[in-house]
Parts: sequence; C-alpha cells; structure tokens
Amino acid sequence: MSYAFKDFHWANDIRVNEYLLPKTTAEALEMLAEYKGQAQVVSGGTDVIPKLRKRELEVEALVDISRLPGMSDIKQKGDKIILGGLVTHARTVASLLIREKAGVLAEGAARVGSPQIRNMGTVAGNLASGHPAADTSMPLLALNASVTIASTEGERVVDLPQFFQGGNQTAADSRREIITQISFSALGKNQGCCYLRLSKRRALTIAILVLATVVDVDPDEKTIRDAAIAIGPVAPMPFRARDAEEILKGAPVSKEIVERAGDAAYKESTPESSVVWGSDEYKKEMVKVFVRRGLYKALKRAGCPVA
Amino acid sequence: MKEMEIQFQLNGCDVCVDVPSDTLLVDLLRDTLGLKGTKTGCREGECGACTVLLDDIPVNSCILPAFKVEGRSVTTIEGLTKDDGRLDPIQEAFIQEGAVQCGFCTPGMIMNAKALLGKDPHPEEGKIREAISGVQCRCTGYQKIVQAVKSAGQKMDSTR
Repeated sequence: MSYAFKDFHWANDIRVNEYLLPKTTAEALEMLAEYKGQAQVVSGGTDVIPKLRKRELEVEALVDISRLPGMSDIKQKGDKIILGGLVTHARTVASLLIREKAGVLAEGAARVGSPQIRNMGTVAGNLASGHPAADTSMPLLALNASVTIASTEGERVVDLPQFFQGGNQTAADSRREIITQISFSALGKNQGCCYLRLSKRRALTIAILVLATVVDVDPDEKTIRDAAIAIGPVAPMPFRARDAEEILKGAPVSKEIVERAGDAAYKESTPESSVVWGSDEYKKEMVKVFVRRGLYKALKRAGCPVA
Repeated sequence: MKEMEIQFQLNGCDVCVDVPSDTLLVDLLRDTLGLKGTKTGCREGECGACTVLLDDIPVNSCILPAFKVEGRSVTTIEGLTKDDGRLDPIQEAFIQEGAVQCGFCTPGMIMNAKALLGKDPHPEEGKIREAISGVQCRCTGYQKIVQAVKSAGQKMDSTR
C-alpha cells in the first residue's frame, strides 16, 4: 500500500524555499530578477501548485502577485475593455460589462475547472499556461486581444496570435515577467459571438474541443463583414482558422457559406490522436460541426440569422 | 527553508502561526492546527474534499499556499458548528436526508453549499448542482446531497 502511495504525485509535498509577497509590481519584478529565472510568478496557484506537486515545475521561490494593486479591475476605456492581470474567472463571469460586450469570454471563463478553481484562478494565468485547450484563450484569441507584459526592462504589448508559441510556451516568461493586463475591443451592434465546449463531463475536465467565434455583420446587405474563429486543441497552440475566416469575409449570410467555412476549418486543423481525448479524425469531424454550430449561433446573436 | 509568521481569522478566532514557505493551507489546518475535518483527497484541486471558505468564497485548500490567507478569514467545516455544539442547518439536513455515505466528500459539499445558501437561500436545482460541481462524491450519486441542500435552505428560512 505505502509503495503504491509513493508512486503518485499527490504523495509529494511541493518544494520551494521562499514564498515572496511583493507589495508593488516593481518590487515583484525585482524579486524575479534577483532569482534569475529560479522564481515563478504565482497568482491563483490553481495551475502552478499542481505543477510543482507533479515536479513539472521546479523553482526555488514563488513570487505571489495576487495582492499587487491596480490589477484586479475590469474597465472600459473608449471601445476597449481592459481586464487586469489579477481578474479571476469568477469575476469575469459575474461582470456585466464582459457579459454584454465580450459574452464569449464570460461563457469561456464559466467553464474553467470548478467553482473553487474559478474563485482563485485568473484569466491571465489561464493564458500564461499556454495550454492549447485553455478555456479563456480561445475567446480572447477570437476577440483579437492583446496582452501587456511587464519586466524590469519595461512594458511591451503582444497580440495574442504571437503570444502563443506552442508546447505550452508563451511570450510571457513567468519566471521573469508579469502579465499586467489584457485588452480587447468591446463587441457592439451587429456583432455576435459564441463559445462551444466538448468535454466528457461538465465540470473539472480539460476540454476535448473548444471553439470561440465572433462575427461582424452588415444587417442590411445580409453579409458577413468579418469573422474570427478560434479553436483548440487542434494545433500545438490555440489556433485561428484563417482559411475559414477568409471564406466568410464579405460573403452573404447563408447555410452554404457556413458549411464551407466548417469544411475549411476541418481541412486546416491538425489535432493529435489521444486515447483519452479522442482520435484526430473524430476531433476534425467535431471541428466541422462546432464551426457550423458556432457560426449559426453567433450570426443569430448578431441579428442576422441564417434563413 | 524560510518561515514566516502569518495572522488570519480561523472560524472566527484570530490565529497567529509560523509557516514554512512551502506549506499549503490544507496541511496547515490539519497537521499544525489539528482541524481534521477538512479532507485531503487528490491534492491537485480536482476532488474538492479540501474545500474551505476564504472570505466566504469556496476555495481548494490543497492548492492554496498558506501565505495567501494572511489577514483574511478562513472557515472550515468545524466553524459551522455553533458554540453550544448545535450543528449548522446544512449539516443537519445532510444527516436527515441521508446525504452522507462514506463521508469523505461531505466537508467539501457542505462548505460549497454554505457559500451558495449564504448568497441565495432558495437556489434552483441547477444552481445547487453548479455549486457542488467542484466536489466529487463516489458514493451517493449526488441526489440526496442536492436534496439536502434544498431542504437546508428551507430550514434556514423557518428558523430565521
């Protein structure tokens, strides 16, 4: 019995020598710099702590940024929505602003983990995990979000497609840098969005497939001005179905065009086969189904349903 | 290993304790402070048996660094029992409805139910299922747990 117990990661305690609680962002960045890549940023801890336990991550210190000031708000500035780096999934789901003007993100954040995970875990942390199926990555990718990353050298802004670098890597080095905010345009009139998730259970499971789509329509002409389709995990990182989007741009709203977009997304996605998460062929078929289903719903919400 | 002193409110009492850097809240509660009601299950935030309330919000204490509770208030299952030993209406309802079998998930279920009923004493069934969706029970099939949360809400009403 005791032998079996030792074999499981949950028998492990986490190992860190120091747990640091900086009071300002500058102080946090200094601490990270002092540790020269041997310290890890932690906010909610819902991803970092299990990784430490499984020894997927080994660092000397944790720098807890969860009490840094000015990073816990959701604000609107002009037509931009700004989500602070410490905003939790629970707060995102509860935000009227997000629900009304970035519904796809609220729908995605609502499906992360469990209530307890959503109460601690942050949207920025979900992005920083770089997981190709992260529930908030697809909505933010479809919203053309950009991420502000702070380091001792200053701040830089990275657009989401470039933020994801594959293999759970992102442009933000969580041993030296902090995501201070995420920004994206508020959705308005004639825009519609949809989030869909395929999973074995409704809670506490990593998605087999996540789709987020945003469409922009011309209601008089009944045409699609613009469309964004983000899917995961069908590539090493959150993925934009550009071929499908191209088909939709400028096209009339019709069943035929939606089906063609689904076929294009089917062709351009390259999911991996997995015993646990389904075969590549199954996932590709579901990409087709999801793109169609997502577009029908998003077009309907944009006030321009397929007749 | 560095240690640091942290202060927080635990079940309404002020607590001051020296904590090593790598301590997680569940271990602090169970091993250092002797509150064994909070259970250690999967230790990766999946099973929910370790759920406690942090400032009245349910969190998984097995993946919560102990330092995070500095200056905040933590409620465990022990904190629900009144000073004279009377059980919380939720605890009573779990017993009456037969919602406890092996009992391992029960503290997690009850803490999540407590947070829900604190906000909304008459939740729809969907809300109840959502609120306990982060706790896994392998015995009951959940029906009686959902029923217990419902009847606890009604009971809290009649005693108010």
